[in-house]
Amino acid sequence: MSVQIRIPGVLAPLTGGQTALQASGATVGEVVADLAGRFPRIAGKLRDARGEPYPYVVFYLNDDDIRFHSGFQTAVKDGDEIVVVPAIAGG
Amino acid sequence: MKSPLPTLDRAEIHRYSRHLILPEMGVTGQRRLKGSRVLLVGAGGLGSPAALYLAAAGVGHVSLVEFDVVDVTNLQRQVLHGTKDVGRPKAESARDRLLDLNPHLSLTLHDTRLHAGNALELVRDHDLVVDGTDNFGTRYLVNDACVLAGRPNVYASIFRFDGQASVFATADGPCYRCLYPSPPPPGEVPSCAEGGVLGVLPGLLGTIQATEALKLLAGIGQPLVGRLLLVDALAMQFRTVKVRKDPNCPACGTRTIRELREESFACEVGAPVERVPEITPVELAKRVLRGDALTLLDVREPHEWEITRIPGARLAPLSRLAEEIQRLDPAREIVVYCRSGVRSQKAGLQIRAAGFPNVLSLAGGVLRYGDDVDPSLPRY
Repeated sequence: MSVQIRIPGVLAPLTGGQTALQASGATVGEVVADLAGRFPRIAGKLRDARGEPYPYVVFYLNDDDIRFHSGFQTAVKDGDEIVVVPAIAGG
Repeated sequence: MKSPLPTLDRAEIHRYSRHLILPEMGVTGQRRLKGSRVLLVGAGGLGSPAALYLAAAGVGHVSLVEFDVVDVTNLQRQVLHGTKDVGRPKAESARDRLLDLNPHLSLTLHDTRLHAGNALELVRDHDLVVDGTDNFGTRYLVNDACVLAGRPNVYASIFRFDGQASVFATADGPCYRCLYPSPPPPGEVPSCAEGGVLGVLPGLLGTIQATEALKLLAGIGQPLVGRLLLVDALAMQFRTVKVRKDPNCPACGTRTIRELREESFACEVGAPVERVPEITPVELAKRVLRGDALTLLDVREPHEWEITRIPGARLAPLSRLAEEIQRLDPAREIVVYCRSGVRSQKAGLQIRAAGFPNVLSLAGGVLRYGDDVDPSLPRY
């Protein structure tokens, strides 16, 4: 499956300046792994050492929080969109 | 039971006429605003536009919690304050501006930090809270106090070009902990002082907070409950994603959080526990003059190097440090510096771990070097 993954601007230096990328996989976790494989410096920003999501970086699949589905095991379809939303605190 | 809505006098009817002719708002909505009490935590980037619009709109009472003083670097975005206010407490500067904008406003200043001892009482005494804080610790405190007191938490936060907004802790909606159960570890997310922020961005997000607060108080429209608004100012894209109430949330789900606790997980206490030894700017200058064999590494990013740098330094950004380490001369002592001395600790540890035991971090970074050694260096 080919899906679009959108990352926040703050992580764009780790992906050659891109914030919207195409990646492939059958699940959200596989898509993230594909991206991490191509841009190794972003890997640690998206998932922990065990390959699990952090509690402060939320993944949305088609605008819905994957934690209320099957987390990184949530299946994706061609054309889906994943949005990565890290906690920020500035004010 | 709530007291009856206050009436509007002749001057107020004139002042708020553009509200009154909105059928959705009308006299009843305006009287609701007048009868409302808002707790605004922070009079900074978000708090500035939020306070201005809440005051202008005719909210009856605003309490402002702010302990900071106005710094010239605030003025790029904190439009509540002016150049003449530099060095004054923000609370006082805010009072002058807000009462000039709307003398009908009743305003209470709390020139203090929000903490576990005062948060619940303050929140309980208001109809809703506008969270304009700048650190994770206070954001969790505001959220938990709102959940415990049953008051909506009108939330926004910003970083660089990105912003988020939502309304948390309403009777049926999710809370901030449902979205982010725990914060990033210290040092993972830089503060705005380190990472930068587009000045107009808090203007956008703080105005959205004021909009949501006014809607909730007047009882109109669909509040941003169960939705998180994401703003990307560079691409100028707005998107809302769903935020669900987590039945296992310790604040609003299982309600295991029964009292407030201060958690010092903020990035501003972000120095790592393990540290490399420090050198003061004066000592560094002496050693350079003496001709000691030192390698001076600037671990900031190239755009910061463009602003200012210490003469004789080499640029080795933290993000590319692994490559730079391979070019280091093991015979020379290494001094690393950054803006204020936090990132250089991180870099120092990384260099030491790569097999260079003689690493020092410049205490206070290029800022303190400017203060103590070379006042001609620009500050940022």
